[in-house]
Order: sequence, then C-alpha cells, then structure tokens
Amino acid sequence: MKIRMTKALMAGAVSVAALLSGGAAWADCGITGAGSVRILSNDFEALRIVNDVAATCATATVTVTANATAEHKNIQGPALTANPAEYTVAVVANNSIVPLLNDGLIRPLDDLVAKYGASLQPNQLIKIDGKVMAIAFMGNGQHLFYRKDILEKAGVAVPTSYEDMLAAAQVIKDKGLMEYPLAAADKPGWDLAAEFVNMYLGTGTNLFADGSAELAIDNDSGRKVLETMRAMTTFMNPDYLTYDATELNKVWDAGKVAMMNQWGSLAAAAIDPATASAEVAAGTAFAAAPTINGGTIPAAALWWDGFTIASHISDEDAAASFQAMVKGISPETVAANPGVATWLVAGYEPGPTAVGVIGNAKGGAKPYPMQPYMGLLHTALQTELADFIAGKEDADQALADVKSAYDTAAKEGGFLK
Amino acid sequence: MPHRAFFAFIFPSLLAMVLFITLPIFSVLVQSFYVEHDAILTTVESCGPFGCDSETKVDTEAMAKLRADAPLGKFAGFSNYLNRNHLAVAEVGAIFSDNNGIGDIGARLMNLPFYRALAFTLAYCFFVTPLAMALGFAVALAVNTIPKLLRGPTIFVSLLPMIITPLVGSLILSWMFNPAGILGAGLQHLTGDPTLSLRASPALTWAVLLLYGVWTNGPFSFVVFYAGLQSVPQDTLESAKMDGATRWQSVRFVIIPHLMPLATFVALVQLMDNFRVFEPIVGFSAEANATSLSWLVYNDLVSQDSAQFGSAGATSVITIIGVLILLAPVLLRTWRDFNRKVV
Repeated sequence: MKIRMTKALMAGAVSVAALLSGGAAWADCGITGAGSVRILSNDFEALRIVNDVAATCATATVTVTANATAEHKNIQGPALTANPAEYTVAVVANNSIVPLLNDGLIRPLDDLVAKYGASLQPNQLIKIDGKVMAIAFMGNGQHLFYRKDILEKAGVAVPTSYEDMLAAAQVIKDKGLMEYPLAAADKPGWDLAAEFVNMYLGTGTNLFADGSAELAIDNDSGRKVLETMRAMTTFMNPDYLTYDATELNKVWDAGKVAMMNQWGSLAAAAIDPATASAEVAAGTAFAAAPTINGGTIPAAALWWDGFTIASHISDEDAAASFQAMVKGISPETVAANPGVATWLVAGYEPGPTAVGVIGNAKGGAKPYPMQPYMGLLHTALQTELADFIAGKEDADQALADVKSAYDTAAKEGGFLK
Repeated sequence: MPHRAFFAFIFPSLLAMVLFITLPIFSVLVQSFYVEHDAILTTVESCGPFGCDSETKVDTEAMAKLRADAPLGKFAGFSNYLNRNHLAVAEVGAIFSDNNGIGDIGARLMNLPFYRALAFTLAYCFFVTPLAMALGFAVALAVNTIPKLLRGPTIFVSLLPMIITPLVGSLILSWMFNPAGILGAGLQHLTGDPTLSLRASPALTWAVLLLYGVWTNGPFSFVVFYAGLQSVPQDTLESAKMDGATRWQSVRFVIIPHLMPLATFVALVQLMDNFRVFEPIVGFSAEANATSLSWLVYNDLVSQDSAQFGSAGATSVITIIGVLILLAPVLLRTWRDFNRKVV
C-alpha cells in the first residue's frame, strides 16, 4: 500500500486527520523547514493508522510516503544500507531491529527525543547501551483466545497453564462439544519456531549459555516444551501443519476451535462485528498466555513495535521523519483508535482486546530475545522442528537436529568458532 | 560468413549473456566460498517497555572496519559446501560407518536438510517430466483429430494450467484438497475416513505435489508436440494406412520417430524446469513434508532476520551442478547427433 500526500491531495489529508485524530488539524505537526519522510512498515491495521496520521504532516516543503508491506523485514536491510537510504523510517519489532542494529543502519535518537519528544513516555524509549535507538508505541504477543460459551458448557475453568488447557481439551472432546478443541500456529516456518520460543521462555530457562552464542536448549525444559507441543497436536485438526497465525483466525472464526494462543494484534479482528461470525465473536474472550511446567510466568514472548530512523539520511530528513512519526503515534491517534492495538502511549485506556497482552506483561512474561544470533536459532527451529511436530521423530532427535543446524548457521554467521 | 561478420552479429547477445548470466553466476560462486566475519560482541544495558536487561550486541563500529577491509566476509574454502546444511560430509560418513541397515541409512539421510530436499527434487524431476510429456502428447494427438471449429477453444482450455501463475495454481489446488474443499471432502467420503487429510500425510503430500506438477507442465509439451504434429509428412501416414497400419501403429512407427528430436528438446527444458521446483511447495504449505533445493535457497535468503549469502550461494552452485549432471545424457546425445550429421 502506497500513500503519497502532496498539496493537491491536501483536502483529503485534512479529512483523514479529522477522522483519525479527532479533529486535530494537519498543520499541528509543526515541522519547520523542508524534508522527506519515507516510512517502511509491516502491514496491519494499527501500523496503517499510524502511517496515515504521519502522512497528514505533509506540507508544501515536506513530503510523506509510506510503504506498509508484510515483506518489510526483507526490504529493510538493503533499503537502509543504501546511501541515502531508501526509507527514512523503519517500523520494527524486537526481532527486526536486531539486523539494523548489527549493521549500524539506524541512528541514536537522543537529540530528537529532547527536541521533539515531549509527548513520549519514558517506557517508550528503547535504550541500548544508554542510547535511545527506537521509540516503541505498541505491545504485542501471543495470548489465550478462548470460547467462554464452550468452556461453560464443558464445565471447566479458563485454563491458566498448558496442563489445564490439555485437560480442558480432553473434557470438551469427551463431551462431544468439539472434535478438535485446540489449534496452534504449527506451520513449519516462522510460526512453529515462535511457538517453541514462547513456551521455552515460559519455563524460565535460558536459550543460550550465559554471555555466548552457545545454544542451551538440549535440557529437560526443551524436552518438556516439545512434549507439550506434541500433546496439543492430538487435540488438533489433522491439518495443523498448515496453520499459520492468519489461518488460525479463519479457523477460529469458523467456530471449530475452543482454545488457542494467538497474536494480540489479531484479537480485535476476532470480535469485530463487521467481519467475525456473530456467534463466535460473542463467545470469544481473551486472557494471558498459559504457564508451562509449573512455571509462574505466561509462556509467551513480549513484543513491542516501534519506529527507528535511518542512519544514512540528512539530519533535516531525520528531524522531519521523527516529528511525523511522533505525530503518527500521538496520544490523539491512540485516543481515536483505542481498540486496534495495545498502545504504550500516554492516555491509553486498555479495552477488552488488550487483556491478553497486558496480562502477559503483568504476569512477568519475557521479551522476545534480542541477541544478534537469535534470528539464526529461530530459523534452525523453523526447519528442524517440522519432522518432530509432524510426528516423524522424537524430542531428543529434534533437539539434536536444531543444535547442529544452529551451530552450522552460527559458524557461517561468525558467532561460533 | 566471415568470422568478423559472425562475431559482430553475435556480439550483442554474447554481451547480454555475459552480463546477465555469466557474471551473476560467477558472483554467486565467489560468495559461496565466504562466511561472515567473526562477530565482535559486547554486552550492553538495554531498556524497553518491559524493563531493563543486559543484552549481547554486535560491536557495530569494529564490524564496520572489518567489513570495509574485506567486504565479502571471511574466506572459508569449501566449508559452506561440506557442512551439515549442505553436503554434510561428516554426518554422511558417520551414517555409513555406523548404521542398522538400509532403512536406517535412508531415514537418517532424510533427516539432513540437503538430502531431504534433493530426494524430493529428484523424485519431482523424474516423475513429472515423463508423465507431463506423455500427457502433453496425448492431448496433442486428441486435439489434432477433433474438427477444426472446436480446436481453438480446446487449445485454450488445454493451455490454462500453463497460463495460471504456478503459485496461484498451487494455491487453488491446495484449497481444493483442504478437508473442507471439494477434492478433500470427496476423498474423505470415498475412503470413508473422516480424518484423511492430504496435507497431513507425507506420502499424500508428495502425491499431490507430483500430480500438480504433471498438470501444470503438461501444456508446455502439448504446445510443442501439437506444433510438431502439423509437420508430420502426410504421405508417410497415408502409405502406412494403406499398408494396413492401425492408428496405434502409425503413432508408434511414424509420428513418434518424427517427433523424437522435439521430445529431446522438451525433456531438456522440462528437466531443467522441474529441477528448480519451488512454487508448489510454498503454495501447498508443504514445507513439513517436502522441500526442494530452490526452497533451501529461499529459506536461507528470506525467512530470517539476516540473509545467509554464503549458504545460499553454495546451494545455488550445487543446483547448477545438479542441472548439468541431469542434462549430461541429453546434451551428449545432441552432440553426437550433431557430429554424425556433420560427417
């Protein structure tokens, strides 16, 4: 999706601004001087709204363009390496900021925060080695979606642990309420690896040996996580290997699943009266992710989405970009769109769809790791767990495979000798 | 033609080939011998919305210096080719020196990403190529006999699988094979097994992928063979008929020999194409049960935070070598035919 705002479109921009920020006029961005703002972001509703509001900062001397695409992670590296960079703003999350940091493609924002960041809260500043490198504006994470009507009929409480979840699934199946009460994003690929990482973080054990890139998942926690993942599949549609997060929402909407862990950013869509099936939407409720193996914290990674400013651009463009993005994530934007995300912005009142992500954060869930070699582990997990989750090999073999695949990649990546 | 004129004539295409084919392949080859520089890591305090923690981070400035000095990375010789994610020499050696029979060897080889991908790639090549050619030939024979008026529409319909983008075609078929789709539900009904899912069973996934391959590759053979059929000498066909040859006999002894050079050409192109099978794996979400060499390259480059160029380069070079080995018999044959004609 490309939006380009020029003076000729100003009339439209005003109406968008009025619609999104509750009447605040476009001139409010107050960007002095000239500049070009070019935003690259992922493609989901909350980010599209932020981009649209930022686009209202366009003036005679400031141009604003935005490219919201699911391919953003593949584009951002090459695009920001170019000098001058193709985009001035990269909207990132805990994981996608890492390659940008590794290659020094984004600039410290301390000066800009001091000058233009009056509306930001301290917890929005992502500080690395004392320098502000990104401004977070929303939290995200996978958490429990459940059908309260089905759980009531089955006479079971809302599960708080994976063990409860399995027991509840058994009851639902035994009572004939549903054939396949559970679902998970087990499609080999990014989603499957994320499932493993979520649960593993919930055990409280470290993924890597302290202070090194040496992998440390070949232990009881790792085996317990795999065992739980396998146990869940017995209550899933046989097609579970082809379900990713997007697919999960469709299966959920078809009313075929009673409990699943799904992204907070997709919670609003699951109960949206315009798109969701009325019966399912009425029964859908959200809670924090379950714990695992007697652990105390929700077994799900915490994520933030935030914006970064490219290194290889002029200071003038950087200043304009920063101001436009601050406008995009301003408290007015959030006040006008409270339901679409779990905002981290001042004045946000969490609604029913934010229960899960906030529950995860309050329960002490861990953030998705930002180690530079985490991406390599994620990739090793996504290819090597496929055989295990398909039921073709045992947990020990799967963990050994992950380790050898990771070691190979980490050596190629220069992280292991 | 004097050599000068010949050279002037061919120079533009030669230049284009060097620029767009040889140089990129050469750069891939060079890249495949390199890995990333050893990362210089520092531990820093990082803070975010969920609290502070000490994080490991790459020392950007030190790395920038390393990269400026040697932008390709660290020279690694053949290690990209020999490691576990590619030819896995050490692992294969271990498997062959200590195993419990053929079945065990097979299972353990299939656990290595490269060999798993190679197995499906080869199966796809050798199953789809002949069957798609046979299908194309059969359709061409059929179309050639129907009345002229109906030929246009029939040809159009027969070409549809080729017109549809492979990714879209595989997505459509994949949805039809979904348990809620017409083919998936139909199969469940036919077999009386409500849990049967083509996408859950490895064997059925392979079967559907191969079937898809035949479906999508058939039209290419059809077009070529149909064109070839127009050039079959009518005299020979008629004299065969007069000699009392049946329809099958005239196909077997007149048409097929006539089309043989075309068949070699089609086989060449199709083998090359099928060795690079990629789209159906993504379209059918079949990564769990079937991967191909091209998919490995894609996985190295796209599905992670930072692309592994060395690894992807090594797989690409191995793919090119694979294509050359596959084509060797056909190329040798063409070369021999060519020499014979010259003599």
